[in-house]
Amino acid sequence: MPFIPHAADDVAAMLDTIGVASIEALFDEIPAPLQQCDLSAIEPGEPEMVVSRLAAERAAADGVPICFVGAGAYDHHIPAAVWDLVTRGEFYSAYTPYQAEASQGTLQLIYEFQSMIAALTALDVANASLYDGASALAEAVLMALRGNRSNRSRQVLLPRTLHPAYRATVATIVTPQQVELETIDYQRDSGTLDVAALAPYEANPPAALVVPQPNFFGQLEAVDQLTDWAHRHGVLLIAVVNPIALALLKPPGEWGEKGADIACGEGQPLGIPLASGGPYLGFISCREALLRQLPGRLVGRTVDRDGKPGFTLTLQAREQHIRRSRATSNICTNQGLLAAAATIYMALLGSDGLTAVARACHANRNALLTALTEIAQVEAPFSGAGFHEAVIRIGQPADQIIRSLAAQNLIGGYPLANDYPELGEDALLICATESRSAADISRYRDNLQRILERRGPACTRLRPADGL
Amino acid sequence: MLIFEHTHPGTRNRAQQPAAVADTQLADIPANQLRQQPAALPAVSELQVIRHYTRLSQQNFAIDSHFYPLGSCTMKYNPRGANRAAMQPGFLSRHPYAPTASHAQGLLACLYELQQILKAATGMCGVSLTPMAGAQGELAGMAMIRAYHLARGDSQRCEVLVPDAAHGTNPATAVMCGYRVRDIPTDRNGDVDIAALQQVVGPQTAAIMLTNPSTLGVFERNIEPIAAIVHAAGGLLYYDGANLNAILGKAQPARMGFDVVHLNLHKTFSTPHGGGGPGAGPVLVNERLEPFLPVPLVIQESDGYRWVEAPERPQSIGRLSTFMGNVGILLRAWAYARMLGREGLPRVADYATLNANYLAARLRQAGFDLAYPDRRATHEFIITLRHEQKQYGVSAMDYAKRLLDYGHHAPTTYFPLLVPECLLIEPTETESRATLDRFVEALIAIRDEGRSNPDILHTAPHTLPVRRLDEVRAAREPDLRWRSGSG
Repeated sequence: MPFIPHAADDVAAMLDTIGVASIEALFDEIPAPLQQCDLSAIEPGEPEMVVSRLAAERAAADGVPICFVGAGAYDHHIPAAVWDLVTRGEFYSAYTPYQAEASQGTLQLIYEFQSMIAALTALDVANASLYDGASALAEAVLMALRGNRSNRSRQVLLPRTLHPAYRATVATIVTPQQVELETIDYQRDSGTLDVAALAPYEANPPAALVVPQPNFFGQLEAVDQLTDWAHRHGVLLIAVVNPIALALLKPPGEWGEKGADIACGEGQPLGIPLASGGPYLGFISCREALLRQLPGRLVGRTVDRDGKPGFTLTLQAREQHIRRSRATSNICTNQGLLAAAATIYMALLGSDGLTAVARACHANRNALLTALTEIAQVEAPFSGAGFHEAVIRIGQPADQIIRSLAAQNLIGGYPLANDYPELGEDALLICATESRSAADISRYRDNLQRILERRGPACTRLRPADGL
Repeated sequence: MLIFEHTHPGTRNRAQQPAAVADTQLADIPANQLRQQPAALPAVSELQVIRHYTRLSQQNFAIDSHFYPLGSCTMKYNPRGANRAAMQPGFLSRHPYAPTASHAQGLLACLYELQQILKAATGMCGVSLTPMAGAQGELAGMAMIRAYHLARGDSQRCEVLVPDAAHGTNPATAVMCGYRVRDIPTDRNGDVDIAALQQVVGPQTAAIMLTNPSTLGVFERNIEPIAAIVHAAGGLLYYDGANLNAILGKAQPARMGFDVVHLNLHKTFSTPHGGGGPGAGPVLVNERLEPFLPVPLVIQESDGYRWVEAPERPQSIGRLSTFMGNVGILLRAWAYARMLGREGLPRVADYATLNANYLAARLRQAGFDLAYPDRRATHEFIITLRHEQKQYGVSAMDYAKRLLDYGHHAPTTYFPLLVPECLLIEPTETESRATLDRFVEALIAIRDEGRSNPDILHTAPHTLPVRRLDEVRAAREPDLRWRSGSG
C-alpha cells in the first residue's frame, strides 16, 4: 500500500484494541446511503517508477524553449543553492509555525524575508507573503479602503497600464465588498499614465490610486508626480513593483515627497521557477501607520523566558483564526516555501548581485528592442524609458507570428490585441532578462525576420481600432 | 544570528552575477527614476548562505523529522516521488504564456487527469483547479453562491450560517463575500443543533458552510436533514474539504447534498505544507453552480487540451490569480493520486481512521478524557485536559510544549473553541503503530510529570533552541524587521 506502513498483525492488534471486527466497522456513523463512492473513472495505482516516467515524458514533450515573454513572469537564472536548500525536508514538510519553539527556522527565515522586502521597497514593514502578485494587489486594495482616514470613498483607480490579469483578479476578489474599480486610460505616445487624466477625480477623491512600475508595457510611470497627486487629494498610493527592477529603480518608499503608502507585487523573479504560473509569491509592505491593516501572517522578534532572542507569529488579532468574521482577510496559509526561496535568493545575490541582474536585464531589453526594430516591418510605438519589456508592432497578426516562432522553439512574446485592441493586432509585448544571451537575441531576430519576409509585404499594416 | 549580521561589506558572490553592464547602457533611464541608496541586503558568501539556512532548517520540526499530529491539518508524509514529478525541467521552465498547442500538452494532460480524479472522489460535476489555498477556494465557493443567487434575481439572501466549531476562515470568507454570519450551535453529541438551525434558516439564508467530518472529529450524522432544511429554504450547502482525508473514496460530498466543495490538496493529496504554504484549494460544483466556476479551466478537445478563459464563460466569477494558480502543487497532487490510484484512495481514509481510533482507544484506556466518548473517532479526535487543569493547574498549552521535548510536534491546541483545554489529534494514515504507541507513552509520562512536578510542564520546552517565548512583548513592541545598526 503506497505510503501506509501497517503490517497485517498491526491491523489485527489495533482493531482488537479498539474493539471492532474490521476497519469497515469504524465508518458505522456514516448513514448507509452515503457510504458509496464510485472511483471507476480513476486509473489503478502505479509505482513511483511508472509515474515518474510519465511525468518526465510529458514534461519533455512541453520542451525547454527560449523565452522572450515576460508579462508578469520572468525567466531569471536561479542559483542551484536556492532549491537545494528550499527542498530540505525541514522546510518542505513543516507547517505554519504555530509552535514557535519548534519552528525557529521557518520563523527566523520569514523575519529575514520581511526585512528584505521592507528594505527593497523602502517601506516600514512587510508581511510573511501572500499568494501571488495579482491577489496581493487585491489585498492591498482592501487594505487601502480600510486604512484611508482622509475619505470614506469605496472607489479605487486602476490604470490600464496595470497587468490585465491583475485588474481581473482584483475585480473578482473585491467586487463583493462594494468596491468601485475605475479604469484610467494611458497616453498613446508614451504608454504611460498621464497625471492630467486624474483631474476628473479631484472633486470626489477615490480611496486609492494604483501605480505599476514598470508598467505592463515595460514603460516607466511618472511615479513622483502620481504619488504627489494622490497625497494632495487624500488618496492612498499603492505601488505595484517588480522586485528585480527595485535594485535599479527608485523604491516606492521614496516616490514623490512622502513615498507610496503600500507596495505589493510578484516575488517570482526572486529565485522562483516559471512553472506555468505558480506557485509564486505575493509580497506586500506598507508604512507603519497601516500596520494593523496588513493581512496575513507576521513574524516578530521577541525573547524567551531566559531573555534569549527568538521569533514568533505576532499581531494575530488581525487574523481569521482569532477574529473570525472580523479579520482583516480570510487568508490563512501563505506561500512560506516560496518566501524561503526568495529570501535565499536575495541573500545569495545581495544588493550588488541584484543590481547587476537588473542592469543586465535592462541592457538585454534594449539590445532586443534594437535588434528587432532593425527589421523593416518592426517598430516600437512608445517613446520613453522602460525596463525588462517593450511593446513592438510587427505588421502581421501577433498571435500567428507567435505560433510560427513557437515552431522554432522560441516563445516570442505576449500578443496584446485581446487586452489592448487599440494597439493593433500586430502589437506584441517582448521581454529579455539577464539570462538571454546575444546569440539568443540574434536567433530571435533572424527567425522573426525570416517569418515576416516569408509572409511577404502583401499584408498591409493593420490599423489600430478606434477608442479603447 | 540573522543573515544580515553575517555581512562583511565587499563580499560578493561572483558566481551569481551576470557580466557587468556599462553605465552608458542605463543612460535612457532618467536620473530621477533611479535608486540612490542600495537596499540593505546581506553581503555574504555562498557558503555562508548554505550554512546559515541549513542551520535554520535544523531548528524546525517537520514531517520528515518528527511525528506531527496537528489536528485538521493532515500532516501526512509528502512523497518525494511527487516532488520529483513536479520538478521536471520541462514543467519548471515553462512560461505560463507559452503557447498551449505546442508547449503545454504534457502539462495539461496532467491537470486534466487531476480534474477527473477530484470529480470522481467528490461526486461533483464541475471543477476549477485555480484557487491557491483553502481560504481562496472558500472565497471562490462563496463568490459562486453569491453569483448564483444574484443571477436568479434573488438579492435578499444576505446571511451565511456557520457552525460554531468551524474553521475561522469560514466566517472570514463569508464576510469577504459581503455576507453577514450567523453562528449555529452544536449539540451535546457534536452534531449541528437542528432545532437551532430551523429557527435561523429562511429566505435571507444564502448558504450554510460545513466541514464534514466536523472539526470536532466526528461525522455530522444529521447531514441529510440539514441539506433538506437549507435547500428547502432556497439556500445552498458549502463543503469545507479540510477533513476529506477521513472519507476519501468512502463517501462523497455530492451525495450528502453539497452544492460546492473546496479541497485542500496540501492536506488530503499530500502536497507539502512548506512552512505555511503554498497550498492549493480546487473548487468543485454541481450543475447549478457550474457556469460560475473561476477561470481558467482545462478542457479536452479532439486536437488536444486547452485553457478556457473568461470570454467563453460569461457567468464565471472571474480570475483568482495572475496565471493559473499553484500549478506546481497541482502536479504533486496529480502524481500522488496516480501512485495511489482507485484502490489506494479509499485506503487513505481506512488507515487514517484506523490510526485515529486506535490512538483514541489507547488514550482512553490510559485514563485520558475524550471530548466525545460516545462517538466514533474519524481521522482525528479531541481529548480534553480540563480535569488535569483543574486539579493540577496544568494546561493543554503546557502539554503541547512538553510534547516538543519528547520529540513530537504538538497537536492542535485550543481549537475548536467549544472544548476547554483541548488537544485535537490527527495522526494520519502514514504513521506506524509503533509511532502511535510512543506518542501514547509520551502523553502518559507528561501526565505523571504534571501531577508530581507541574513546573516541568509550565516551563517547557527545555530542549529546544529557545524556551517559551514572550508573545505579549512581541505584540506590544512589534519588532518585525532588521534595520542596519539595530541589534
